[in-house]
This record gives sequence, C-alpha cells and structure tokens, in this order.
Amino acid sequence: MALVIVGLYTDRLEPLREKLAQVVTPFYQITDVPSRVNDWRKDTFVSQADLKLENEALKTELLIHRRKLQQLASLAAENVRLRQLLNASQMLQDTVLIAELIGVSPNPLSHKVIINRGTVDGAFKGQPVLDAFGLMGQVIEVGETSSTVLLISDSTHAIPVQVNRNGVRAIAEGTGDLNSLSLRHVSANTDIRAGDLLVSSGLGARFPVGYPVAEVQQVVRDPGKAFLTVIAKPMARLDRSRHLLLVFENRDQASVPGALSLPTTEPAASAGSSSSSSAAGAR
Amino acid sequence: MLSPQLNLYFIVALSFVAALILSVYPLPMDMRWWRPEFVLVVAIYWIFFMPLTISFTLLCALGLFQDLLEGVPFGQHSLGLIIVAYICILSYQRVRNFSIGRQSAWIFVLVGIAQLTDNWVQGMAGRQLSGIQFLYPAITSALLWPVCSWWLNGITHRYHH
Repeated sequence: MALVIVGLYTDRLEPLREKLAQVVTPFYQITDVPSRVNDWRKDTFVSQADLKLENEALKTELLIHRRKLQQLASLAAENVRLRQLLNASQMLQDTVLIAELIGVSPNPLSHKVIINRGTVDGAFKGQPVLDAFGLMGQVIEVGETSSTVLLISDSTHAIPVQVNRNGVRAIAEGTGDLNSLSLRHVSANTDIRAGDLLVSSGLGARFPVGYPVAEVQQVVRDPGKAFLTVIAKPMARLDRSRHLLLVFENRDQASVPGALSLPTTEPAASAGSSSSSSAAGAR
Repeated sequence: MLSPQLNLYFIVALSFVAALILSVYPLPMDMRWWRPEFVLVVAIYWIFFMPLTISFTLLCALGLFQDLLEGVPFGQHSLGLIIVAYICILSYQRVRNFSIGRQSAWIFVLVGIAQLTDNWVQGMAGRQLSGIQFLYPAITSALLWPVCSWWLNGITHRYHH
C-alpha cells in the first residue's frame, strides 16, 4: 500500500524500474517467438511466382516514388532559398532508426508498446516515434536493449498540433480509445472541419514539425459549450504497425528556432536587469 | 531424481513462470480486456493446494515482478494478490469441498475483488475507467478455472506422488 503511494506520487522508484527493465526483456522476447516464426515462415515458404509478382509491384512503386522525388529535390531547394529570404533557420532532414515491436502492454487501460531498441542503440527518453503513416508516440522508458513507447492515443498523452490547411494550432489529447484523439480548448469560431489533416506543430520542442498526426473526423458545435468538440482519428496504425521509426532530430544545428531561443534568453534575464538590457541591445 | 518436495516447488515455480509469460502475451488492443488473470488464478490454485506453506512475502514479490513486467505502478498486483490470498486462507477448508462450478463462481468473486483494487490504483495513476469492462477478466478467469485446476491437478498427481 505504502509502496503504491510512493511509486505514484514520487519518482524515487524510477531508477529501480530502469535498472530492472533488463530482467523483463526476455519475457517479451519469448512471447514474440510465435510472430517471429510466422515471419520466418512467410519469408521461407513462398513460391517463385509470388516473389516475381511482388518484385514487379515494388518496381512499379519505386518508379512512381522516383518521379515524386525528382520534383521534391527542386521543391526542397526552393524551400531553402525562400527560407533564406525570410532569414529563417534551415530545415534539416531528421535521421531515423528502424525499430521493431516486440510487445504490447498487457494493461488494457494504457496504450504502450515495447520495442527492441534501447540505450545501446541511442534511444532516449522523450524520443518521437513514427510509423509509415504518421506519428505514433514517444519513448517513456529506456532499458539497455528495449524501451517502452507511449502511444498518442493513451489517456495521459497530449501533443501540440496544427491544422495543415490553415495553421490553426491546438492540442490533441489521447482519449484511451485507439481510434480517436480529442482537441482541447478549440474556440467556437475556429476554422476547422472534418477531413482536415493535423500535423505536429513542433511547439513544446519534443516532436519534430510537420509529421501527420491525425485526421479530423467530427466537429460538433454546441452553443451551450464554450469550446468545440473535435474528434480526430490518428493517421498512424497504432495497433497494426510492427516496424517503427525512432527520430533523431538534428537539434544542435538550429533546426528548431523556438527551442534555441529559450536557453539564451533565460540566463540573461536571471543575471539582472542591467545585463539583460545590454544583452538585448547587443542583439 | 529430485526429492518429491523439491519437485513440487519446481512445478510451482514453473507454473508461475508460464502464467507470467501468458500474462504479457501480445493480444490485439481491443481484446486485452478479456485476458484472464493467469498469475492470480495459478496463485489461488496453489493456496488451495497447500494453504499452510504459502508465503505472503513471496506472493508480494511475485506481484511486484508482475508490476514490473506489465509496466504498471509498483504494488498494484501485490495488493490484489495479498488481499485475495488472505481471503483464500480464511476460506480454503470450505471451498475445497465445493463442486467445480461453485468454485468457478468463487474465483469470479476473488478475481473481481483483485480487479477492483487494480483499477483503484490505475485510477490514482490517472487512468480513469468507465463501465463494467473491469469485470471481463473475472469472467474469463472463472471460465479458465476448471481447465487450470484439472491440468495442475494432473501434473501434481503425476510428479508429486
């Protein structure tokens, strides 16, 4: 009983949990064996005709993506030029690491998954996680060779987003239901409708800018309420994706201007009024 | 060959490891409510089987390990296990003589109590529950009981005596 309270209201047990995370990994590796065997079976017992067909399909897809990429190169260059004109910092490509899902949290009230990357691979607490379709969540516990990811649909998770169409910002909260997020405090006259794509806004400096998060499904305007009720469906396949991407942001090279300005202004302000004003003057 | 006593402890440990593995076996997200409380059911079986040799400290440690395994707040499963174990110790003389159906009904009540404390701790951790879903594991556990007790009976009779 006392243990429950200590564990819930303080973070003294956190280091213990991190150390013991290593003991837990074998269990998830054992329970992962059947799906591994299934993967192996699919890879091994497959007819040549099927392989040919798949190869054909992949080649076609590659061709289509190549064509898109040609345009993208020129667009990216144009984007960089425009940003230089605006005097904004350059957008840098994020580097990613592919991780594989090895377990799902057995607690039905929480939406967490366990992946096969840990500190040895460079995973860190708070790292954003994507799948092929959109943002999935963030790393909350890191062990040596495995870590736990909190999905965006968990009821204790929230993520800053913006509407892709017009840049309206909001916060998307998990509801505990895999297929819906709700937007918090959206005022009644906001321009938002069903079908809008919500992308991560990069505010809060935890998630990188511009990854798709969810699609607005339903907007309810209730005159009796101060805010809109907005329900959105996550783009990522939270319960299906087996291969996830861990994102490493190149943050030290000024990819997020908001994140950089914070540490430079705060020490100046705390040093005293005269020095802060001189710092402002120097800038 | 091991001595019968050691042999039995080995079976107990093995059954708990199997239950722990089953309790984290990946299920589809929507099906997770129907997972029986394997560890609790196995623990109840062993308490009924040898009520005077069961150690509450070990049960508590088992609960803590399950908490670690499932990534829930420390103490959640220990609390449920200890409360249920205490009720079992008080009632084993009667329940042992029940028919298997009545035993299942009793298991439903016990797992339901453990689920209540589980969800109370989860509620404190900020994951509020709505609805009657928390009783689903109690239902599946009650259905599991005849299979589990028949199976464990078979194993203990074969290797213990």
